[in-house]
Amino acid sequence: MTTLLIAEHDNAHLKDATHKALSAAAALGAPVHVLVAGANAKAAADAAAKLSGVEKVLLADNAAYAHQLAEPLAALIVSLAGPYDAIVAPATTTGKNVLPRVAALLDVMQISDITKVVSSDTFERPIYAGNAIQTVQAGDAKKVITVRTAAFPAASEGGSAAIESVNAAADPGISSFKGEEIAKSDRPELTSAKIIISGGRSLGSAENFAKYIEPIADKLGAAMGASRAAVDAGYAPNDWQVGQTGKVVAPALYIAVGISGAIQHLAGMKDSKVIVAINKDEEAPIFQIADYGLVGDLFTILPELQEELTKAGR
Amino acid sequence: MKLLVPVKRVVDYNVNIRVKSDGSGVELANVKMSMNPFDEIAVEEAVRLKEQGKVSEIVAVSVGPAQAGETIRTALAMGADRGILVKTDAPVEPLAVAKILKKLVEQEKPDLVILGKQAIDDDSNQTGQMLAALLGWPQGTFAFKVNVGEGTIDVTREVDGGLQTVGLKLPAIVTTDLRLNEPRYASLPNIMKAKKKPLDETSPEALGVDVTPRLKVLKTTEPGGRKAGVKVASVAELVNKLKTEAGVL
Ligand SMILES: Cc1cc2nc3c(=O)[nH]c(=O)nc-3n(C[C@H](O)[C@H](O)[C@H](O)COP(=O)(O)OP(=O)(O)OC[C@H]3O[C@@H](n4cnc5c(N)ncnc54)[C@H](O)[C@@H]3O)c2cc1C
Ligand SMILES: Nc1ncnc2c1ncn2[C@@H]1O[C@H](COP(=O)(O)O)[C@@H](O)[C@H]1O
Repeated sequence: MTTLLIAEHDNAHLKDATHKALSAAAALGAPVHVLVAGANAKAAADAAAKLSGVEKVLLADNAAYAHQLAEPLAALIVSLAGPYDAIVAPATTTGKNVLPRVAALLDVMQISDITKVVSSDTFERPIYAGNAIQTVQAGDAKKVITVRTAAFPAASEGGSAAIESVNAAADPGISSFKGEEIAKSDRPELTSAKIIISGGRSLGSAENFAKYIEPIADKLGAAMGASRAAVDAGYAPNDWQVGQTGKVVAPALYIAVGISGAIQHLAGMKDSKVIVAINKDEEAPIFQIADYGLVGDLFTILPELQEELTKAGR
Repeated sequence: MKLLVPVKRVVDYNVNIRVKSDGSGVELANVKMSMNPFDEIAVEEAVRLKEQGKVSEIVAVSVGPAQAGETIRTALAMGADRGILVKTDAPVEPLAVAKILKKLVEQEKPDLVILGKQAIDDDSNQTGQMLAALLGWPQGTFAFKVNVGEGTIDVTREVDGGLQTVGLKLPAIVTTDLRLNEPRYASLPNIMKAKKKPLDETSPEALGVDVTPRLKVLKTTEPGGRKAGVKVASVAELVNKLKTEAGVL
């Protein structure tokens, strides 16, 4: 019994999603090997080797894996799958893209987005935007699993696993990388931030996100998020979307500004430790789940909040 | 170029679902059903490609009970040309849906299949990737923009850090994300016209696909609830409470 965890990384760094998925992988009860597939990804493999609970790191270093394209990456994972009883990946856009491809090639029904490991073959996962929780038992001999990272703690460092190089698998040669627009930011990532401040449609413009939300994010060292409506309107980039079909987050503090609280948005943030809602409509559904609600106009409240935070030494 | 668009009948996104008290599932009796929103986006994209003259025929497919035929009719009213209902009353998991779609792809020989990225009932986000795997086709998931060329398609994808563009050889699979387009409403004349468009019927058995579930659902429960907290009167009170009471500042 061994579990293979697919690492999330950008070749140079291991992403926090890997640390969290490792906690889920370890809960299966078997030794864990981590696959780092990338190009010049030695640094990411070194970081994976330091995680506590990792028995071995497999490093597949090849240009074909530079951008985590699903076709070559799935071929690689399938070529390595033989000895493993479970293949696990964080439910990031990379994990969601590649793992179902692996599952189908292995003729396995994937278990998506698990939030709890009940036993080595039984898991909890949310359905209907988290409005119901299913407990499912896998019938397939091999398990293919993606992990909702917000539901698991990050594994700590303290390990010293060996790193083994593995050969690339034949690239199907049907897809190629054409380019990317990845925002560079010094802010914490949404999915690992301790504090998140999110804005909704009511912000009205990208300028207002910069003018009202950003200074508070700066003061709090927070990540910025958005509702779908704000993203659709172009006020915030698409990867800020929090919700059922965006990112699922569970920070210590989530501040929802001018967000009504549609179930699709709540699905992405209702497991936050403390929720603050600022909305001018006292009937807004977001108040039903907020620990602290402040009724009023965000355009007067946010500048005040900035001032109060300064007074409080932030 | 020919297109296949799988559309799923799901509980409407506006419905607040109820979990049955005996843990056996979600209450579906007398609940409003609609086309999965991501599949509306898939149909819309297909129709736009047809309007641009890049596509000659759009076949809408649904796997489900007889009523899934209504979902196909919606796709036909939006502009799809004909439909195939794969009728079954059994729950069908994504892997089995993908196997059914593979059979239909072998019959229909489309150049492109556009699916939704995720069905909002099971929230699996698997079927498109699985179909791509079974066919040995490339995949452009979570599409933000597509650009059809000669024998190729470029797909700009919504990924965690931003956007990524991949070039795929046709035939290929695309799955839609929210920003790909804004689906149209079917006009009344088009709804009438759709009634006359051909809708064939088949079944998993006729296609030779075993849909026996691989996952056993042991129970379905309500999520841990969250209670409304307090309303604070001022920003100063809020900051004070976050500091002293909640301990998060
Ligand atoms: C398939 C599908 C998937 C979806 N996925 C997601 C998802 O992942 N994430 C997501 O967020 N949504 C998602 N949605 C959309 C969701 O249903 C809602 O439409 C969306 O969350 C609403 O965004 P909003 O709260 O910003 O806007 P609105 O609902 O328009 O709310 C705006 C709020 O701002 C308040 N307001 C207005 N002016 C002010 C002011 N000056 N000061 C203070 N408050 C003010 C209003 O009272 C109101 O409550 C999805 C929908 C579908 C169909
Ligand atoms: N029963 C079905 N009938 C038709 N299409 C389906 C069905 N199930 C899933 N799909 C397609 O696969 C996509 C992803 O579904 P899922 O993998 O279940 O999240 C959907 O958006 C549909 O395009």
